[in-house]
Amino acid sequence: MVPKEKLTEQLHRIVSDPGRILTKETDLVSYGYDASFGFYKPDVVVQVKSEEEVAAVLKIANKLRVPVTPRGQASSLSGGPLPVDGGIVLDFSQWKEKLVIDSEDMVAVVSPGVITADLDHEAEKYGLLYAPDPGSSHFSTIGGNLAENSGGPRCLKYGVTKDYVIGLRVVSPQGEIIRTGGRTVKNVTGYDLTKLIVGSEGTLGVITEATLRLIPRPLASHTVMLIFDHFVEAAKTVTRILTSRIQPAKIEMMDQASIQAVEAFKPQGLPVDAEAILLVGLDGHPAAVADDAARISDIAKKMRVRSVKVDHSEAEARELWMARKLVSPAIAAKKPTKISEDATVPRSKIPDFCQKLQDIKKEYQIDLVVFGHIGDGNLHPNIICDKRDREEMKRAEQAVEAIFKAAIELGGTLSGEHGIGTMKRAYMPWELTPQELDLMKRIKMAWDPNNILNPSKIFPVAGPKLVQSR
Amino acid sequence: MNEDPREKLDYDATFSCIQCGSCLPACPTYKTMGTETQSPRGRINLVKMAAEGKITLDELKEPIDLCLGCRACERVCPTHVAYGRILESAKVAIREHEQLSPVKKFQEDLYYNQVFPKKNVMGAGTNLLWFYQKSGLRRLAEKTRLHHLLPECISTFEEILPSVTSPVRRHRRPSRIAPKHTPRFKVGFFTGCIMDALFDRINDLGMRLLAAGGCTVAAVGGQTCCGALHNHGGRTQQARELAKQNIKAFETESFDYVVNTAGGCGAMLHEYPELFADDPSWKARAEAFAARSIDISELLARLDLPLQKEIRRRVTYQPSCHLTNVQKVVDEPKQLIRSVRGIDFRELDNPDFCCGSAGIYNVVHFDESMKILDVKMADVKAHDPEIIVTTNPGCLLQMKAGIEREGLQDHVRAIHLIELLAEACGLEDGVKK
Repeated sequence: MVPKEKLTEQLHRIVSDPGRILTKETDLVSYGYDASFGFYKPDVVVQVKSEEEVAAVLKIANKLRVPVTPRGQASSLSGGPLPVDGGIVLDFSQWKEKLVIDSEDMVAVVSPGVITADLDHEAEKYGLLYAPDPGSSHFSTIGGNLAENSGGPRCLKYGVTKDYVIGLRVVSPQGEIIRTGGRTVKNVTGYDLTKLIVGSEGTLGVITEATLRLIPRPLASHTVMLIFDHFVEAAKTVTRILTSRIQPAKIEMMDQASIQAVEAFKPQGLPVDAEAILLVGLDGHPAAVADDAARISDIAKKMRVRSVKVDHSEAEARELWMARKLVSPAIAAKKPTKISEDATVPRSKIPDFCQKLQDIKKEYQIDLVVFGHIGDGNLHPNIICDKRDREEMKRAEQAVEAIFKAAIELGGTLSGEHGIGTMKRAYMPWELTPQELDLMKRIKMAWDPNNILNPSKIFPVAGPKLVQSR
Repeated sequence: MNEDPREKLDYDATFSCIQCGSCLPACPTYKTMGTETQSPRGRINLVKMAAEGKITLDELKEPIDLCLGCRACERVCPTHVAYGRILESAKVAIREHEQLSPVKKFQEDLYYNQVFPKKNVMGAGTNLLWFYQKSGLRRLAEKTRLHHLLPECISTFEEILPSVTSPVRRHRRPSRIAPKHTPRFKVGFFTGCIMDALFDRINDLGMRLLAAGGCTVAAVGGQTCCGALHNHGGRTQQARELAKQNIKAFETESFDYVVNTAGGCGAMLHEYPELFADDPSWKARAEAFAARSIDISELLARLDLPLQKEIRRRVTYQPSCHLTNVQKVVDEPKQLIRSVRGIDFRELDNPDFCCGSAGIYNVVHFDESMKILDVKMADVKAHDPEIIVTTNPGCLLQMKAGIEREGLQDHVRAIHLIELLAEACGLEDGVKK
């Protein structure tokens, strides 16, 4: 282990502003967590603001074999920015100067610390849209979104983060500066390293700049709320909508437990005896979205919907979405700890998956609410618990395993959009064969032979499966 | 004091933070200082760490001291973490832990025990201020640093202090005003200490506006400082005593409302019940008081004000954080500004970003406060207003300081919402240059 002083001294030679190298105890403990579980204290935090600084820091770290963990604003739900093995936290949150929109090429060029919603806000001034909209878009950095390949509700129509990245500047673990892709939508020159880096959770290289694709911003939007007596009818309606030549931007679902939680928290007049609510978001030409809204109402009525509400103004749309927005605070009001899962199944398996979830809820006696992006099979089963209650946490842990198992058995995946990080690494062998895992490990070894970049992520390690300590 | 001061930390409340990071963009000190340590999520984590003995209370002090207490984080928090409560608990713990040096203790005692709660002392201080402004002593005082005799917050901001009303005029204010017709509401008027000492003219206008809108207004005797500064300073016991005195004072008559003109005071009045968590009988009285306590804008927005005069000015509005985040009064002040004919109202891009005044923050943490003010003024300048409307005396002083700092004093002025409305109602030439 390298002495802390020696490391810090070398870092001071790279970063001119001493205020951007943090070593005080209060600072170190402030960079040891994210929105998932687990707490690990780094030895030093460096707030980088240029590619040269990143390259120089990585060169030293690689030479001294010091772990380096890139971090945006630490909103990760999978443990991506946790400095599990100590060492250096590279904080990108303060590097947000570059945000250039080129409306002719229809791209945005951004530095890694730019907040995702700020990027979309800037694009809006040119009549353009940055489509990926993770729930954290108002406080997560684009660098973090790229590393985790974030999703979001709008992915149903527009796809995920990786579908909007056409070029990157990346620093390798050896401190070399490389470019991937470029400024064109079409580019088949060589291996597609862009797509390899996006979603690699900061384990292969550090993104220092991204060129992102923008698309024309839809003119209008509409929201339809559908309330169902039975969950199965809601699930069938989703399929019916999508096979009726309608492409909603998003279809969100709240299950009965979510509805009841919201009504107990801040009554919105939702029926607590309904098994599911669907919120369908449409965007596009005003005439088209109005027509789609009407057609969805008709379809739902044939599917024995209990009630249909279509918005007539932006205020009404906000009101309809309020129900969905209140789910998180409502469940947090019940108990403080929330285990937010994002196991995802093929769309056809959603009714089966939801049945399984109800069985798991009963079997392990857990408080479980299910909501999320039903349109693309990416549900969010949330276990509500209290991490101070060890016995309850044990049951929660078993329930989480059962959820993973159910999703994989139904042909789904461990994680739709949050990433593996530390939270799900133990379960990788459930979904991947030894050969597949080994190939991934060999890619990691080729890029980072000294294993300094975001170590202890993605791949299974010895020890307890779930990290809940604090 | 045998109890470990760390017991005072609200450890349980820290568990409701899910560390999602939603609060980061809302926090002024996170923006200007740029570290997680100086963010709401960071501070909650540090309180938890201190409670678990992983950091010391000495280490906790700096990040807690540097928090503005604006509570913008509470408004954006998806899980409604009681940040204000966690913050106050940390202040109490740190204060108990600290062995105050005798000098510091004397100074603090002077402000908190002698100056703020005692209206006559505050009045005397203000009279002195008036006297020395008028007599030319001010220049002498600046040279001899005589102004250090005045409370520090007054001396630091004396550049931008209002011309204080002469004591004779000040005390001529009637304590009760009745409307011309049958009154719509019976209103108790909370004058506040700093507000009344420095901006008593605004309080006068406020009472007259309420009367013009059809209310009987009474500034009842026996009321005192709201206790906000004490509470934010970890002096809960003193805050409690002041709260009791105010509750008693306004129980003497049956008012429909108790109206205040300072967002910061209003927030404290609103949260009086929290001071008496362990005292059911006072808690009930505090709840009854808090239920009637409202900001003047809330009531004015419901009255028919005789708005007659056109004011052709470009106007922006800097909301008081505690009005927005604690009392949750957002629309009424804007609605009132818009109701004045001729006004070109330009909303700030980021109105909910604190101006950096924050009680006595701008005195105790001057440099940090000015960095926050600079962010605010950049937003203000982008909208090129002639008038900045505020709803709290601290914000009013800070915006005046911002105007001076940017060299805009020739064409921009900061005023209280009441001054704007009084001018529009023809009560006084509050807006005229």
